[in-house]
Amino acid sequence: MKNKTVLPNVYLAVLMILMYVPIVLVIIFSFNENKLSVRWDGFSWRWYEALFADRAMFESLVNSLILGGSASLAAAVIGTLGAVGSSKVKLPGKDAVEYLSTLPMMIPEIILGMVFMVFFSLIGLPFGMMTLIIAHTAFCIPYVFMLVRARLVGMDKSLEEAALDLGASKIYAFFTVVLPLIAPAILSGMLLSFAMSFDDVIISMFVTGVDSNTLPLRVYSQIKTGVTPEINALCTLILLVTVLILALAAVLSRIGRGKKEPEQAAEIEAR
Amino acid sequence: MKPKRRFRSETLMLVPLYVFTLVFVLGPLVYMVILSFLQRAETWGVTNEFTVQNYAGILEPVYLNTFVESFKLATLSTLLIILLGYPFGYFMAKLSQKWKGRMMMLLMIPFWTSSLIRLYGWIIIFRANGILDKILMGLGITDAPLKLLYTYPAVVVGMIYALLPFMIFSVYSSAEKMDWSLVEAARDLGASRIRAFLTVTLKMTLPGLLSGVILTFVPSMGLFFIADILGGNKVVLVGSLIQDQLMKAHNWPFAAALSVILTLLTSLLIVLYRRLAGVKDLEGLV
Repeated sequence: MKNKTVLPNVYLAVLMILMYVPIVLVIIFSFNENKLSVRWDGFSWRWYEALFADRAMFESLVNSLILGGSASLAAAVIGTLGAVGSSKVKLPGKDAVEYLSTLPMMIPEIILGMVFMVFFSLIGLPFGMMTLIIAHTAFCIPYVFMLVRARLVGMDKSLEEAALDLGASKIYAFFTVVLPLIAPAILSGMLLSFAMSFDDVIISMFVTGVDSNTLPLRVYSQIKTGVTPEINALCTLILLVTVLILALAAVLSRIGRGKKEPEQAAEIEAR
Repeated sequence: MKPKRRFRSETLMLVPLYVFTLVFVLGPLVYMVILSFLQRAETWGVTNEFTVQNYAGILEPVYLNTFVESFKLATLSTLLIILLGYPFGYFMAKLSQKWKGRMMMLLMIPFWTSSLIRLYGWIIIFRANGILDKILMGLGITDAPLKLLYTYPAVVVGMIYALLPFMIFSVYSSAEKMDWSLVEAARDLGASRIRAFLTVTLKMTLPGLLSGVILTFVPSMGLFFIADILGGNKVVLVGSLIQDQLMKAHNWPFAAALSVILTLLTSLLIVLYRRLAGVKDLEGLV
């Protein structure tokens, strides 16, 4: 049943544009000469210059990169091994553990941040980069796990069986047959993890230490204390990074399993 | 497949996931429950005495009121999100394959980019003498700045904006799977457009709609930074309360009790969803 009226399309277009207005405004005002983001005074790079001159800002950028890199790498290893292992072995209580491992995606972030904070101080882990990495790994694992598991379901099992029949060891078959097949899923899981980690505020706020400020935490405190156009510039840069990562993830999953699948990545998001 | 008794080497692959999950997911959650029954120490930290006082504390009018207010805000935001998001997901599912893909890509950017940055855009819009005031005054609709920033409506807009994509994705994914010939059949059999929609379409997309409701309602109870940034200190949510108790009042057991209640409410909704929709996973999640 094809609907020939234009009204639905107008609705889609209008709402889509509205969703972009705030984003576009941030970008536009990052190039504004005026200090207050209320009127346009002409084009200027000055806020970007101010941003790059800011050492503390640079340090938090480095922190964010280290954090996102480590968390997505750890999540990739744990999530991939878990997904592959779970497709092969049946253990009692397996479903329960798998459900638990995806919980960080379902629980409100505030609660996740809270439980990590009290738990880390219970076991005496000093707050800092380590606690940040553990907390971020916890909410990144579900992305890798679910993407890899979905990929394994669609995979042709006979390829691995053939390798084993031809005398390959299990480990050899894993690295030469299975891993290349699931690599796109792992990579897009990692990129999504990185994107999530790179702009997490709530969880980081609870588990960060004194000298491990991340970029989003800085943005948050600056927005709260008083807005400078530097934030516009910073937000624009963060946007740029996120968009690039997403594009990369979309391209990868397209290579991975034919068309249609940037959706998978979008749909897997649940936070 | 029958479970084999023999140990298989693949089991080792599960070790990291199991250890991590048990230590860093189950552990903290269990501790949260234990902590919620402990007595707060005089100055800082907790004692080992068992108490239900933390839960009793929630019943105090101030805190109970926060729950009620949070609930109201979440309900209002969710209703508005349904009104905006359901048609969006539904119409999107009717687009051509090419446009579906394009819309998906377009939705990805507002969906994945930092909600903080997107909220910041709303500050620019709502600020006194900001964009919105300029436009409204320019059109002669209002003649003085509305001063919308730090008001309740601003928080509602922020909530809608942050959570709308979840509803769209959920509704879209169940509308996309729908067999449109059923609607046609209903129409051929003489059902009016509205009747066909209510009896066929709505029923078939209900799982998506309900999962959208959960994905928007649950977070909107906890997204304290939206209330913080767009609402000033005027709107206090359960999330803000937990944060305050944790960071400012240092009353961890009380914060834990609040979290337990919020988690229970959340789980209750999810269980209810599974009953209603008869599905195991949230629609649109995978």
